[in-house]
Amino acid sequence: MKTWVFSTEADGGASSSALEALTKARSFGGDLVAIHVGAGSEPALNELGAHGAATVLHLSADVSAAAIAAAMAAACETEQPDLIIFGMGNLDRDVAGRLSARLGKPVLANAVDVTVDGDSVRVANEILGGTTKVVTQFTEGAPAITITRPKAFPAEPNGGDAPTVSTLHVPDVGHAGDVVVLSSHAESAEGPDLEAAAVVVSGGRGLGGAEKFEMIAELAGLVGGAVGATRAVVDAGWVPYSYQVGQTGKTVKPSVYLACGISGAMQHLVGMKDSTTIIAINKDPEAPIFGVADLGIVGDVHNVVPALIEALKAHGS
Amino acid sequence: MKIVVCVKQIPDPASPYKLDPENHFVVRPEDQVLDDTDRYGVEVALQLADEFGDEASVTLLSMSPGGSQQGIRQALAMGADGAILVEDAGLRGADALTTSRVLAAAAKRAAADLVITGTESTDGYTGVVPQQVAELMGVPSLTFARKVEHVDGKVRIERQTQAGYDVVEGSLPAVLSVTSGVVEPRYPTFKGIMAAKSKPVETLTAAELEVTPSSGQSIVSVESVPAREAGEVIEDDGEGHLKILAKLEEVKVV
Ligand SMILES: Cc1cc2nc3c(=O)[nH]c(=O)nc-3n(C[C@H](O)[C@H](O)[C@H](O)COP(=O)(O)OP(=O)(O)OC[C@H]3O[C@@H](n4cnc5c(N)ncnc54)[C@H](O)[C@@H]3O)c2cc1C
Repeated sequence: MKTWVFSTEADGGASSSALEALTKARSFGGDLVAIHVGAGSEPALNELGAHGAATVLHLSADVSAAAIAAAMAAACETEQPDLIIFGMGNLDRDVAGRLSARLGKPVLANAVDVTVDGDSVRVANEILGGTTKVVTQFTEGAPAITITRPKAFPAEPNGGDAPTVSTLHVPDVGHAGDVVVLSSHAESAEGPDLEAAAVVVSGGRGLGGAEKFEMIAELAGLVGGAVGATRAVVDAGWVPYSYQVGQTGKTVKPSVYLACGISGAMQHLVGMKDSTTIIAINKDPEAPIFGVADLGIVGDVHNVVPALIEALKAHGS
Repeated sequence: MKIVVCVKQIPDPASPYKLDPENHFVVRPEDQVLDDTDRYGVEVALQLADEFGDEASVTLLSMSPGGSQQGIRQALAMGADGAILVEDAGLRGADALTTSRVLAAAAKRAAADLVITGTESTDGYTGVVPQQVAELMGVPSLTFARKVEHVDGKVRIERQTQAGYDVVEGSLPAVLSVTSGVVEPRYPTFKGIMAAKSKPVETLTAAELEVTPSSGQSIVSVESVPAREAGEVIEDDGEGHLKILAKLEEVKVV
């Protein structure tokens, strides 16, 4: 069994999806290789090694997705991986799609589990808002290409050594590689890391406006939590994409998730339904969010949230 | 300037649909609607076409197992010039790669300068079709765009990233995928709806595009996942916040 895991460098480390996938792939046995795109700093490489990657094939950050896919496809010919695991990041998806088209192999996306039984690779998906589990087997031959959901597996180091690093040759892909990043801009979130926070307070369209996120941030501050949001309000420009929880955003599993003015669309639920305790405030008693909430308050966020803030302040003093 | 917008007709998300227990295909209600997330691509195409002037055209491209054209007419009513519909019963249950082969072949045949897509469909959400189409066409991909501009014959976008956004530029021909925050899509006018009825819709089969449907995967099992149990739901009588406070105390957050 030879497994490749796609990794990108973020904040001086390897992507969390790569560390999660490496942890899972250790259970398959055999060779474990990380394809790492980015600066290739020592902490990032060592982290990949510590999670089980014996080898890292490195590419620099300024390479187009088309060229990364071409480089990986060429390496596939010599290395013959059985399975290639990507995360849900934008570059992950760009490269997975292109590699699949180049190799003529399908991609199975949104995987919540990957199992290997002899030659057969299977992935599990949760569809229809996590109510139905579908297991699919690859039938096209190696490599099986899959995109796994964040937090599908825990990331646990096994104390592996620093990996052997070699630079992957990047072929010229002509016009397909004709994209340039002119500049990068940060719209950083304040407060604790959303994906690691023990408490998440999220706001949706029911808040009525961007300025109402101030009250969500104040509430989050009082309970030591991070602020989250639905895609509807990210798309409306109220808060940056880094706040988004759900299918195309972050997956969170805090002890407490407090949903304010959120309807509870399937695509939002898949990102937060595994929280230990869910509390929801929504003025519509029929809102689907109440179907997963441990405590639901049918009420107006503009009354309940300010009252809760006052009560917490009084409680704290 | 020929702009092709990929649009998908999907079962109305408002009406529940199921999986066929025999072959695991999605059992679709008769009426199919335009995937809401595709309205953004259509709007971007119409705005870019306006900038390019008389020479520009907007053609919709859709693959469907056959039957409904309701979703296509919805997008035509927004103002697109015409549509290409790849209708083929053999494409039932097609996976993302087969879909991409069909879309790439049809877009090439139409001599597209720019192919616009959403980032993922509402019903399938594999989320790799734009990239596969770009690879099969041998063109650059500008993906996850939350803003699109046309600068000196190139397309410049703000690409959504985990940290914020990147400004990325690519030359044509290219594939562009847009988020649902990119523009405010227009609503069809009555005139647009009437005009859509007589706009040209060309139909093609997979064979005409020389695409052989393949799947490369087979479903092994389908089972339901135990649902999370709903808890207590109470009407706010002015004391709702105290219930929340009590819950936060119970789970030791405060
Ligand atoms: C492919 C795809 C991917 C997606 N990915 C994501 C994702 O990652 N994350 C995500 O969140 N969404 C995602 N979505 C969007 C999702 O389908 C919903 O549209 C979105 O989650 C709705 O956001 P919302 O709950 O803020 O808004 P709405 O659905 O509009 O709900 C607003 C709620 O606020 C309530 N409300 C209104 N006023 C008040 C008030 N004064 N007090 C209390 N309650 C009030 C209303 O009753 C309503 O329930 C995706 C969609 C697609 C198609």
